[in-house]
Amino acid sequence: MTESEFICGIEIHQQLDTKKLFCSCDSHLCENVYDSVYRRLRPTASEMGEIDRAALVQSQKNLGYRYQLTPETSCLVELDDEPPHNVNVDAMNIALIFSEMMKAQVVDEVHFMRKIVVDGSNPSGFQRTALIATDGEVEVGKKKISILSVCLEEDACRKIESVDGEITYRLDRLGIPLIEIATGPEIRTPEECMEVALRIGSLLRATKKVKRGIGTIREDLNISVFGGARTEIKGVQELKLLPLYVQNEVDRQKMLLRVKDILVKRGTKPVNVEFVDVTEIFDGCKSKVINGALSDNGKIIAVRLPGFGGVMRCDDKKLRLGAEIAQRAKSQGVKGIFHSDELPGYGIEQKFVVNLKKFLGITDENDAFVICAAKDKKAKNALQAVIERANLALIGVPEETRDPLPDGTSKYSRPLPGAARMYPETDVPPIEITKAMMTNISNNLPEFPEKIEERLITQYGINIQQAKQIVKQDNVELFEKITNKYGMASVVATTFLNTYMELERDGIDTTAFTDEKMMGIFGMLKEGRFTKEALPALLREIASEKSVEMAIKKLGLEAIDNDEATQIIARIVKEREDFIKIKGGIRAVGPLMGPVMNALRGKIDGKKVNELLTQEIRKLME
Amino acid sequence: MVMSYSTKLSKKLETLGAEDGCKLSIEANGKTHIGTMIHHHKFSAPDIVILKLKNGYNIGIRITDHTVIKMLEKPVIKYKTDTAMEENKSLPTLVFIGTGGTIASHVDHRTGAVHPTFPISDIVRAVPEIKNLTNIRTKMLFSILSENMDISHWQKLAEAVAEEINDGADGIIILHGTDTMSYTAAALSFMLPNISKPVVLVGSQKSFDRPSSDAFTNIIACVRFCIQSKKAGVYVIMHDTPNDDSFAVHLGSRVRKTHTSKRSAFESINTTPAAHLDGNGKITFNMKLPECMNRKIKAYTDMERSTVFLQCYPGMNPELFRDVIMKSKGVVIAGTGLGHTNENMVPLITDAIKNGTVIVMTSQCINGQTNMNIYSTGRDLTNAGVISVLDMLPETAYVKLSWALANCKDINDVKRTMKTPLVNEMSERRVF
Repeated sequence: MTESEFICGIEIHQQLDTKKLFCSCDSHLCENVYDSVYRRLRPTASEMGEIDRAALVQSQKNLGYRYQLTPETSCLVELDDEPPHNVNVDAMNIALIFSEMMKAQVVDEVHFMRKIVVDGSNPSGFQRTALIATDGEVEVGKKKISILSVCLEEDACRKIESVDGEITYRLDRLGIPLIEIATGPEIRTPEECMEVALRIGSLLRATKKVKRGIGTIREDLNISVFGGARTEIKGVQELKLLPLYVQNEVDRQKMLLRVKDILVKRGTKPVNVEFVDVTEIFDGCKSKVINGALSDNGKIIAVRLPGFGGVMRCDDKKLRLGAEIAQRAKSQGVKGIFHSDELPGYGIEQKFVVNLKKFLGITDENDAFVICAAKDKKAKNALQAVIERANLALIGVPEETRDPLPDGTSKYSRPLPGAARMYPETDVPPIEITKAMMTNISNNLPEFPEKIEERLITQYGINIQQAKQIVKQDNVELFEKITNKYGMASVVATTFLNTYMELERDGIDTTAFTDEKMMGIFGMLKEGRFTKEALPALLREIASEKSVEMAIKKLGLEAIDNDEATQIIARIVKEREDFIKIKGGIRAVGPLMGPVMNALRGKIDGKKVNELLTQEIRKLME
Repeated sequence: MVMSYSTKLSKKLETLGAEDGCKLSIEANGKTHIGTMIHHHKFSAPDIVILKLKNGYNIGIRITDHTVIKMLEKPVIKYKTDTAMEENKSLPTLVFIGTGGTIASHVDHRTGAVHPTFPISDIVRAVPEIKNLTNIRTKMLFSILSENMDISHWQKLAEAVAEEINDGADGIIILHGTDTMSYTAAALSFMLPNISKPVVLVGSQKSFDRPSSDAFTNIIACVRFCIQSKKAGVYVIMHDTPNDDSFAVHLGSRVRKTHTSKRSAFESINTTPAAHLDGNGKITFNMKLPECMNRKIKAYTDMERSTVFLQCYPGMNPELFRDVIMKSKGVVIAGTGLGHTNENMVPLITDAIKNGTVIVMTSQCINGQTNMNIYSTGRDLTNAGVISVLDMLPETAYVKLSWALANCKDINDVKRTMKTPLVNEMSERRVF
C-alpha cells in the first residue's frame, strides 16, 4: 500500500478510575440487578419548534426502554430522576492533566453540553460531554500527530438485550467518566493506526488514574480512501486488530470505487423501486430459506437491478457489492437476501433461476435481481433498503457508521450522524479553569513513558528492551512493587519480556495474570518454592485458570519434606564420597550445592539444602 | 448589556455591537476561536465570553487586554410562524392553559438562554398524537415559575377556566410548575365548586426540550383522561411510578409534591388517587367521581390575604409570632403529631381567637388525621377555640381558610365551613 491511498484519524475513549462523572456512584460493571424501570424517549423540537421527520418515525416505532438498576453503581441521577451533581473533581483533574500532557490549549471555562442520543443508551436522551482542550499534539516515534480535541464525557448504558420493541439496558456503565481524544486525520498506514493508539493509551495510563482491562478503552476509526468517503468504525476494543480494520476498510472502499467505475462505464442508471411477487416461481423449490419463509406465511419478493450484474459478487470474489446490500437488508430485520450473482446456490436450482429471470424479463447478463423471502412488508422494507444501497454504489463509497466484527471486518450500522445536536447542559454550572490551576498541573505532570524507561534502566539495572517492554505492557507499577519487595529485577524483567512473549506466541493471554498472582508467584520464588527455570511452565499452567498452588502441584514442584530431601542428599554424598574426603569434609559443601540443587529441582529452600548437606557430610566424616 | 459581565468586558462587547447569537472571532494566546456568542451563564466568571464552536461545543474564553475580539456577523433572527390548527367538529375540544414552569420552559439553543415560556402551540405540536383525539385551543395566561404564583394568579386562572368552560370547552389542561401545583389545585377546587368538566393540572419534572421529559407522556395521559373519563372536577395528573407508562389522577385538594426531582413526585395523601391510567390510556377508577354536565359555572375567587401558614417546631417562641398571629384573620398551623403546639403558645393562641382570628390545626405528619382529645395540650387548644380539620393537608387548609374567610358570611360560618368537606378535601375514614 502506498502512503497516499487513504487518510485515517482515531478517537480514543478511555474510562477513568474515579467515581461517576455526575454522581457519587461507584464506577464498575455489576451483575447484580435489583429492579428495572420502563421509559420512553422522544425526539425534541428543534429551535424552529419542529421535530425531525426521521426521528419522529423512529419514535413512532413504539420502542420502549427498560433500565436495570444495580446496587452501588446506579442512583436517581442515572435514572434521570435527579439533576446531575457537580462534576467529579478527580475526573476533571485527570482530563486537565492529560490535556497538558498533549500540550493542548485548555479552555478558560468548561461548559458541559447535552449531545442528543435517542437510541435509549442514556435514559436522559443525551450524553453529557464537554470540550476541555484543543490543538494538542502527540509524538509517535518521530512523527507528530495532531490532537484535535480532548473531551470529558459520560459513558453510556450497557445494552443487555432487545426483544419485541423493548430494549433492555443496564445502568452500571452509564456515567463512568471517559476522556475522548480525537487525532487529526494524519494516520497513513494500518500499523501507524495501532502505534498511535498504543502511544496515546500509554500516556493515558501514565496518569495512573485510568481503568484497565477489556472494554475500558475503545477506539473509533475514521477512514477515508481518496475518492472515497468517511466511514466510522465505532467501538473497537481489540487494539491488535486496529491495523486489520484499517486494511479491510481501505480494501472495501477501493472495491466500492472499482464497482462504481464499472457501473459508470456500463451506463448503469439509478433504479426505481418496483416490487414483484415471485412466490409462485418457487413452487417445489427445496431451499430451506425459501420454504422456511413460506411456511411462516411469507412471500418471495423480487426487485430488478438493471446494470448491476457481476459486481454483486464476481468470480474471484474481489467485487462484493452483494455483501454490502445484504447488510442493509438485514438492518431491516430480515435474515438475508439472495442476489443473482450467487444463484444457483443455497438450494435454489438453475431451473428456478431461469424461470425467475424469464418472469422478471431479464435478458441482459449485466442485469441483476435480488429476492427476499419474508413476510410481505418486511421483505419490501428490506428490498427498499437494497435499492437505496445499490443506487449509492453509483456514487461510490457512502458515508456510514460501521460496527467492528471480531474477524477484523466491519458491518453496516447506520448512516453517519449529521451535525451533532448539542445543547447546553443547564443543570451543570460552568467550571472556570484558572491560571493557578494549570500552573499547578504543569508543575506536577506524571512521568512520561520514555522517562520511566530511563529510570528503570538506571534504578534497577535492566536493559533497554526490558524497560521498554515493561512500560509498553503497563507493568511498571507491578515491576517496581515486586522488585522493591523481593529484588530479582532481572528475573522479573526477563519474565515480562521473554516469557510473556513466548506465552503470547502460544496464544496465552498474559493480561490474565493479575498483579496479586504475580506478586504471589515471585514471593514463592523468593522463598525457594521453585526455581526461576520453572516460571514459564508455571505461568502456562496458571493461564488455564489454575491457582498458583494447583499449578505447583501439577508440575511436581511441590516442596518435598526433610526426610525425602535427606535421602536424596545422602545418596549424592555417598556417590561423591571420594571427592568429599579429598576436600576434607565440610569444605565440599560449596561445590556440592549445585548438583544437589539440581537433583532437588528447586523443591526445597536453598538454606535448608545447605543445612542438610552439611549434616550429611559431617555424618560421613564421623 | 448582560449584568453578569464585568463592566470592562460589558463595555467592550457593547462597543463591538456584540450580542447573544452573533458570530465572533476571538484571538487569545495565539489561538483564534470562531463561534456564536452564547448568553452569559449566571455562574460564569465575569471576564468570560462563551462561544458555541462549529462542532457544537460551548467553551468559555477569558477576555484580557490582549484578547482581540472581532465581530463577524450579526445574529440571525429566525421568526416562527404559528399556523392555526384545523378544527374537527366530531372531536371534543380541550383548552390548554399555560402558566409557566418546567413543563413550559426551554433552552434557546441559539443563545443558550433559558426561557420559562414555550409557545403553547409548540407543546401541542411536540405530542402530535393528541391531534387525533381532540381539538385544541391554547391560552398563555402567565409565564412564571410556580414559586412565584400568588393568590392573584389563582384568581385569574379560576376566571379563565370558568370562561373557557362556559365557552364550550370539554375539558381544561393547565400546564403548571410543580413546586406549588398542589396549592393551585386546591385553590381551583374551592374557587370552582360547581365545576362541570374535567380541569387537570399537569407539570413535568424534566423540561420539554429533553428527549426523556415526562411532559409528553403526562400530557397524553391528561388528554385521554379528559376525553375518556367524562368526570368533572379539579385533578392533578403526573407519573404514578418511575415508569413512563403509569399515571395517577389525584384529587386537586388531596395531593402533595413529596420528592424534589423524581417524576413520580406527586402523591395523594390520606386517600388513594382518584384513578390510574396506564400507557395505553386504560383508566381504572378508585372512587366515584362526579359526571360531566353541560352547565355554566361561576368562579368564586374572593380570598382573604391576611391568612398565614405556620409550622410548629420545638421551642417555638410565642413572642416572635405575636404580631403575626394577632394581625392575621386566619392562621393555619401545621402542628406536631395529632395536632399540637408547645404549651407556651396556648396563651397567644387564646388571645388571638378572642381577638377574632380563626386558628386551624393540621398535622405536619401529613399522614393521618388530627385529634386534639388525646393529650392535654390538644385539649387546651380545643378549649381556646382552635379548629381541627381531620386529615386535611396543611396547605389545602391554608388555601381553604383564605377562601372561607372571604366567602362566608361570618366567623361562625367560616368555622363550620372549615369542618365540612366541600371538595373531598377531608375524610373521616382512612384505610391501610
